[in-house]
Amino acid sequence: MTVSRSILSAPPPSARGTTASAVARGRRSRARRRVIVVGLLSAAIAGVFLMSLMVGNTFYTPDEVVRVVLGEQVAGASFTVGELRLPRALLGLLAGVSFGMAGVTFQSLLRNPLASPDIIGISSGASAAAVTGIVIFSLSETAVSLLALGGALVTAFGIWLLSHKNGFAGTRLILIGIGVAAMLDSVITYVLSRAAAWDLQVAMRWLTGSLNGADWQSLAPVVIATAILVPVMIGQSRTLGVLRLGDDTAAGLGVALTRSRLLLIVAAVALLAFATAATGPIAFVAFMAGPIAARLIGPAGSLLVPAGLVGALLVLSADLIGQFAFENRLPVGVITGILGAPYLVYLLIRTNRSGGSL
Amino acid sequence: MTVARRLSAEGLTLAYGDRTIVSALDLVVPSGRITAIIGANGCGKSTLLRALSRLIAPRAGQVVLDGKTLHSRGSKEVARMLGLLPQGPVAPEGIAVADLVGRGRHPHQRPLARWSTRDYEVVAEALEATGTSDLADRPMDELSGGQRQRVWIAMALAQETDILLLDEPTTFLDVAHQIEVLDLLTDLNRERGTTIVMVLHDMNLAARYADHLFALRDGRIVADGAPRDILTRELIGEVFDLDAVVIDDPVSGAPIVLPRGRHHASRSAAHPSEASR
Repeated sequence: MTVSRSILSAPPPSARGTTASAVARGRRSRARRRVIVVGLLSAAIAGVFLMSLMVGNTFYTPDEVVRVVLGEQVAGASFTVGELRLPRALLGLLAGVSFGMAGVTFQSLLRNPLASPDIIGISSGASAAAVTGIVIFSLSETAVSLLALGGALVTAFGIWLLSHKNGFAGTRLILIGIGVAAMLDSVITYVLSRAAAWDLQVAMRWLTGSLNGADWQSLAPVVIATAILVPVMIGQSRTLGVLRLGDDTAAGLGVALTRSRLLLIVAAVALLAFATAATGPIAFVAFMAGPIAARLIGPAGSLLVPAGLVGALLVLSADLIGQFAFENRLPVGVITGILGAPYLVYLLIRTNRSGGSL
Repeated sequence: MTVARRLSAEGLTLAYGDRTIVSALDLVVPSGRITAIIGANGCGKSTLLRALSRLIAPRAGQVVLDGKTLHSRGSKEVARMLGLLPQGPVAPEGIAVADLVGRGRHPHQRPLARWSTRDYEVVAEALEATGTSDLADRPMDELSGGQRQRVWIAMALAQETDILLLDEPTTFLDVAHQIEVLDLLTDLNRERGTTIVMVLHDMNLAARYADHLFALRDGRIVADGAPRDILTRELIGEVFDLDAVVIDDPVSGAPIVLPRGRHHASRSAAHPSEASR
């Protein structure tokens, strides 16, 4: 390619204005897809949410459901919807958002779709701590949440410590994380087997995740955690986008690496831990939400909010399917597991072939 | 438009773990000039560049930018004065060229703020300057290596810094694209007065394009000055353990290094050229 004139010789200001508006047009058209997808996801979530309030042993009309949600007394519906279905749906919604956002944060930070917290053992850490707190020490909801947070943080730190040797390799961290996950899963099984009252529902919850047993009490810590942490994460979304360019480039662009990473990881681990303490580790939601969101919105902009929405939609619809599509009621984690496992296999095959990233 | 900023190192010692890479190094980067750092593999040139760009903290000594220690400045503040293009940067899958270039605006933006008119103008200018405005809406993955490198440089331009550090900006490029990238950097230096510091593997390109060279060996500066003044047979021997002939480049007049190697050296070629230096 011959460049005879200086490429920098400035084009007339009008031409530059044209380029600027072309850039603006391009960004707008990429943003439009994002707005549409976020809108559709929100509408779908609202639909599934409403449906999960209506459907059950007794069917309630949307009108009845809305009246209960607005605080009116409706015979029968007030208890079933207000005390059983509503906390369950809210828990599904918030846990889904938490899993989706935490997952995509890890995947973006480590630039690898396999680096999701449910694959590398952090969910198992939260879950193992929570199940120990509940089954062995009979702790309260808040105490269990805090214990789960501790378990998840210790696991995250442990994995980091084990993989941090002569620099930092994402692949090593993932492999060590998978090992740690297997270890912690056996801790969960052991604790469950020690429990005096072996209960299939409880076991299912801690092994694959379930919304059974959701009530306002178990919901409270999750509401508080998401209310604080979701805004914190969204505030970091541009930084997260820059971090996807690699550590050196990000540092060159003024990202304080250690501080930003620590803030993002702690916030993501906390979101995950509080949700896991209430629902158990709902299989593969954190893992699937980010890549699905990326497919849907294309490469423009931050994945945090779309991944949170995909997570919520996954949990809510999987729970609905698990409850009513089969003869037996299946916990939500069984359904997300059925969806997630083939995707994991697909990803392993593809990664093996190309070494791709999120 | 460009401020002549002063970047220097004083008694700089850099180490990874207990392995010292650079020890007690002093240098002053000539403001408004193009500087190349040359040296053998593992001599510490990339490490030095990383320290100059605040990526690694010195074990001892300091990097000084405009009279203040680099590490005492905030990371965004530094990123508004000094840009860095690392070796082999990664683009997220499918990202559009204009969006990638827009990431260069990060140090100028507040966390949730939308793009300002200025952001659009600067990005457009960076695209124009690097001849990539036609590619603005294309995904990075579809571009050739040379185009991609120009986009990365556009991102660094969008950062609007007075100093630009580049770690081997020509690796993986064929010779035409190497020349294209280095010409672009020269334009940038001449027309905006941007101070450029780059690590270059190719001594001959370094000699042609740089106003100033730092020759490194084992983390020490062996020679430092204009290519014409310092690039000699002795220096090549000292820096690379390589026997070479240094002649004048008929195209640019800069010195050109012809390694001798163990094969292919015909006797007649050696003597007259050496006489000319």
